[in-house]
Amino acid sequence: MSERQIQLEVLRYNPETDSEPHFQTYSVPCLNEWVVLDALNYVKDNLDPTVAYRWSCHMAVCGSCGMMVNGEPKLACKAFIREYSDNIRVEPLVHFPIERDLVTVADDFMEKLTRIKPFIIPKEQRPVSAGEYKQSPAELLTYKQYTLCINCMLCYAACPEYGSQPEFIGPAAITLAHRYNQDSRDGGRDQRQEVIATHEGVWICSFVGACSEVCPKHVDPASALQQVKVASTVDWYKEHLMPWGKK
Amino acid sequence: MSRKPYVREFANTTWFFRQARYMRYIGREVTCIFIGAYTLLLVCAVMRLSEGQAAYEAFLEALRSPASILFQLVALAFALYHTFTWFNVTPQAMPIQRGEEFLPGSIILGAHYGGWVVLSLVVLFLAGVF
Repeated sequence: MSERQIQLEVLRYNPETDSEPHFQTYSVPCLNEWVVLDALNYVKDNLDPTVAYRWSCHMAVCGSCGMMVNGEPKLACKAFIREYSDNIRVEPLVHFPIERDLVTVADDFMEKLTRIKPFIIPKEQRPVSAGEYKQSPAELLTYKQYTLCINCMLCYAACPEYGSQPEFIGPAAITLAHRYNQDSRDGGRDQRQEVIATHEGVWICSFVGACSEVCPKHVDPASALQQVKVASTVDWYKEHLMPWGKK
Repeated sequence: MSRKPYVREFANTTWFFRQARYMRYIGREVTCIFIGAYTLLLVCAVMRLSEGQAAYEAFLEALRSPASILFQLVALAFALYHTFTWFNVTPQAMPIQRGEEFLPGSIILGAHYGGWVVLSLVVLFLAGVF
């Protein structure tokens, strides 16, 4: 296995001693198979145990290790060293406050995720004895892609609209709202529309499309948001031009 | 231990230089200005037409000036860029599901480009080109 020395620049910020972040460079001997997360783990284990970052699964499932790698939102566990030059710069995801080093404050995203009610709201209460909710493969297909979101927040770091207007509900949360709205077992669309069919909801989105380009799970949030716009526009026309019609 | 999160400022005027994809987005958005400008030119044409034959012919003559031709070429190029970039994202914006499959994006794209060609031919026909 081949080895090469890389210079890993890490944005450091210690809230107890620093007034602003600064870069610290570590020289890391990397194997060709390594990802950026391996390099960070090497630093933590061998060079500097004070470096703080989030990670868990090391296989692009948990969504914890999102960070900027050479200015691009990436999962550190999916960013292969061999695809970069010998100088790699890692920073915490942009558009989020820095808690410490590469750890961001995710409170804003978590609050927005809660607001869109990311769970099935049954159309009507049924006793367990009524049996399971049946769903056809075609009904599953309408939302399956959007279930793959791992809440890694890369799409928020990629979205300039979220950066400039932090009140934006944002790509992942609106996509998840769309996922439940599309689910044939769900009856909560009206409740979610109150949150997402608003200015700070889907109408801040100007279809930059960066969210879909950086999504490590190919969820395509931009697609979900445009579909929410179309459906919300149809709602508006139905309400104003056909007040006798059912929404 | 008290928390002291550090908030990084968002560069409101320079953010689009950060990544090539943002430049492509800005390109798509900015080109609409030229479509708007050309629309104003068409409004001027209607106004001149309403003022009589002499006014309209003077307007047509002005359209043949080098500056006007340059403007029309630039507007055409930007209108094409604007159209292509928007058409190319239509499969994302309006996926069509048929049973247990999604219609291939190429069909949605093809329908848009086909419609564009047909409409353009109709306009050219009405303009007496054929």
